[in-house]
Amino acid sequence: MVPLTCYLLLSGILFVCGVLGFLIKRNIITIFMSIELMLNGVNLSFVAFAAHWHALSGQVFVFFVMVVAAAEAAVGLAIIIAVYRTRETLNVDRVNLLKL
Amino acid sequence: MSITTFIIVSVIKSVAVIFVLLTAVAYSVWLERKVTGHIQNRWGPTRVGPFGLLQPLADGAKFILKEDLTPPHVYRPLYLTAPIIAVTFAITSIAVIPFGNWVDVGGIKTPLQIAPDLNIGLLVVLGITSMGVYGIALAGWSSNSKYSLLGALRASAQMVSYEISLGLSLIGVLIMAGSFSLREIVNAQGGTFLGFIPRWNVFHGQTLAFFIYLISAFAETNRTPFDLPEAESELVAGYHTEYSAMKFAMFFMAEYANMVTVACLATLLFLGGWHGPIFGPPILQMILPVFWFCVKVFFFIFLYIWVRWTLPRFRYDQLMAFGWKILLPLAILNLVVTALIVAW
Amino acid sequence: MLHLALFLFFGTICVAGAINLLVQRHPINSALSLVVVMASLAAEYLLLGAEFVAAVQVIVYAGAIMVLFVFVIMLLNAGEEERTQGSRVAILLGIPGVVIGTVLVAWVLLHRSSTGLVSIGGLRGDPKSIAGLLFKDFLLPFEVTSILILIAIMGAVVLASRPGAVARRHGEPTATETRELVSAGKER
Repeated sequence: MVPLTCYLLLSGILFVCGVLGFLIKRNIITIFMSIELMLNGVNLSFVAFAAHWHALSGQVFVFFVMVVAAAEAAVGLAIIIAVYRTRETLNVDRVNLLKL
Repeated sequence: MSITTFIIVSVIKSVAVIFVLLTAVAYSVWLERKVTGHIQNRWGPTRVGPFGLLQPLADGAKFILKEDLTPPHVYRPLYLTAPIIAVTFAITSIAVIPFGNWVDVGGIKTPLQIAPDLNIGLLVVLGITSMGVYGIALAGWSSNSKYSLLGALRASAQMVSYEISLGLSLIGVLIMAGSFSLREIVNAQGGTFLGFIPRWNVFHGQTLAFFIYLISAFAETNRTPFDLPEAESELVAGYHTEYSAMKFAMFFMAEYANMVTVACLATLLFLGGWHGPIFGPPILQMILPVFWFCVKVFFFIFLYIWVRWTLPRFRYDQLMAFGWKILLPLAILNLVVTALIVAW
Repeated sequence: MLHLALFLFFGTICVAGAINLLVQRHPINSALSLVVVMASLAAEYLLLGAEFVAAVQVIVYAGAIMVLFVFVIMLLNAGEEERTQGSRVAILLGIPGVVIGTVLVAWVLLHRSSTGLVSIGGLRGDPKSIAGLLFKDFLLPFEVTSILILIAIMGAVVLASRPGAVARRHGEPTATETRELVSAGKER
């Protein structure tokens, strides 16, 4: 028997790591992976609450989160490939032609 | 049964099954060389032991004693772990495969399956197959050579593409059995219909799914006619170009272990698993299902080898077009027709 | 007791993988750490009884989406990240600050809150019941997400296709393609 708070803490830690990665990292692919990490943290929250309140819709909602994550990963990686072709770099600091 | 009995029984089962699996992998290499030889009108290995039966031992000794060279330009952490990943995922899926009915040994009833009846056994096998792509992709990338990288990219793209039709062809079986559990699926194929034809899924409605599964499985395990990623005349040796001795042996083992897993899954889902004529005293009744299971698996491995030396290799764009434009629509069609028939 | 031990074991692997993702400089190492995180999350879902979700997590997330990430990293031959100007003050204050903050929040939440306990295998999410919900109560979101995936597929194919791919003759690589293949074979 594990308190629900433990699962929520784990989910929170994963989410915070995702946010930190999104803010700190310079490689666009690593930034995308931090987004996936955030989504995974949220999935854990969903499943933990589903177990706590005995509501199966929590687990069903995880599917929708996964589907959205998959769609976003596919389109995002396609955009990364397109940007790489023109700018020859994966560093977000270098994709700054529109900057003042 | 108590927890210690359960653990001891599981350990015994795991050790036995892994021993049998590794022997099967070694001797399927022997079988391949013999059958290849006979198809090509020569003898195959005959010198080491009678009929060359000790050839796998000689091969094992060769792999162990060969110089284990690590080229200087590779990315070492992934170079060393990629074969381990490939072999681990190839061997793990045998844990959910049931070999026979429940047996009763000295008062302990246990199913002939390492992980006793998971509710989601089929999904576990699919998941482990999906993870097997990593071994190949990381091996090719970490080798830092153009042949390896191209071979790995082709192999991963091929495996991911054919996973889809693999999964879809299995859903037809799923609908007919009503459960993801492998034991339930086999039990749903007991008995006969029309008097004498056994109610195996290959006869009882899933023939198209069987052929789609077979083709997708050939592509998943990178075997001819889909073996462009490791074709000798094309890419030197594809993703395992830079590997030697024991690490190459692990890739080799992983490929044949994948073949055995696919053959086991095909017998469970389409050929009725361990169903076959059962007769005789109780000890024979415990062993005969396992015997029929092994006969069917052997037939599939023979089919693998037979197809390898009969069909020419697909070109890569033909391969991808076939997977996406022909197999995927056929698998979806099979799924829709099965669902409609079962719903009525 | 067993539940707590298993939860801590897989939870530690999760957090270690997440921190490794932040610390590693090469994107392939970050990708593999993320795969480890997802696999251990699948184990956590099993502990909560969500068996179908755990299987789908391994098949879809760790086995398809992350393969896509690894594929793109291999294809683009992304090297190590450049070292940006790290502030020593930020590291000296930040890392202990984050650790202390986490421990404080964890302590307060664990000792003060009164939410309940979750038993091992809390809510059995077998495929039949999930399918019942998915195809009856959540049918509209299900269909909408399938359209979403279709749009994503079309978008990805269009965005990643080479310029002039449609007009190109079948089978011949363009100049950009050849250059890419050659540079993909160069050293990292």
